[in-house]
Amino acid sequence: MASQHQDHTVGHADGQHHEGMTKGKIWRIFFYLLALTALEFFIALVLVHGGVVEKGLAVNAVYIALTLLKAYYIIAYFMHLKFETFGFIMSVAISFVLIIYFIALMLTEGGYLNTHYNPFPHWANPQ
Amino acid sequence: MSTTVTELDKVKTGRWHGGKSPFNVEYGKIMMWFFLASDAFTFSAFLIYYGAQRFAHMTWPDPDKLFQSIPFVADYGYPLVFVGIMTFILIMSSVTMVLAVEAGHRNAKKEVVGWMIATIIGGLMFIGCQALEWTHLHHAGFWWGSIPSQEGVSPEVTLAPYFSKDISEVSALQFANLFFTITGFHGFHVSVGILLNIIILCMTLANTFERRGSYLMVEKVGLYWHFVDLVWVFVFTFFYLV
Repeated sequence: MASQHQDHTVGHADGQHHEGMTKGKIWRIFFYLLALTALEFFIALVLVHGGVVEKGLAVNAVYIALTLLKAYYIIAYFMHLKFETFGFIMSVAISFVLIIYFIALMLTEGGYLNTHYNPFPHWANPQ
Repeated sequence: MSTTVTELDKVKTGRWHGGKSPFNVEYGKIMMWFFLASDAFTFSAFLIYYGAQRFAHMTWPDPDKLFQSIPFVADYGYPLVFVGIMTFILIMSSVTMVLAVEAGHRNAKKEVVGWMIATIIGGLMFIGCQALEWTHLHHAGFWWGSIPSQEGVSPEVTLAPYFSKDISEVSALQFANLFFTITGFHGFHVSVGILLNIIILCMTLANTFERRGSYLMVEKVGLYWHFVDLVWVFVFTFFYLV
């Protein structure tokens, strides 16, 4: 069957791999990931432990930004998604709008419980 | 009769007008992507629940105080170092996986075998580190549904080493449950990934892909392996850094 035969050649036809990852590029992405992780450790061990900045919303925002950047490099280059067609990228990515909504919902809910309903006992830290 | 073609009768050549595969991705690979998207939803739900719990409690255990040991080297005093090593191992094994995929594109069987073996070793090392981490916390008294406790001693005292701010039994318990559930679910994924990698290695050695003329299977399993690495990036941030 002609159409079946075509299906088998999908992916080898022009387009899919011509922009693939060369060895040099793979190592470059690796060093980006390594540098981002090192930066996270620098913030955690040197800045936060050294008392330069305090743990809190600002530091967490930086951590999350760095995490998302790492996620981008892994998905786009290691998982090769950047080189797929726009339609395919959208069909995978769009559903994550729901996750963003879920985060907003759950954290709002958690924050509400914190201020309105917190019957759990807790003790002041002696140190 | 006019020879001009009306707008409606023109042959359309767009991506979606038939005759070619619009995504230009092989079926199995699309399905792997959709499976990973659904799996990402599961992990997201876990991590979002963790975040919601943290938001809901007045106080929470301090990861810097919980994770201070380097197995066989030091029991105390080195926050984040061991998890740093684990993160490095997993990123490294992700790189060897892409290198295996890259070798597959060139149909270089020997290189695929070499990089797949490196990836499997990386995965096993990670799982080993995870086991040490679990053992350490378990010895300290943490487990599903249990936190460090002593007969006749107030939780205020037994839990003090793990908190920087106020001390709470419920927070510690929630932390223990979620830590073991989420890292356990991730570790389960790593184990499955190692198994898949071993199967792919055996198929490569048996010349299955050589005969098939394509190493696409390496790519599909590679996607799964990178996903496992991706999840760890998030687990690392939310359990160890934030």
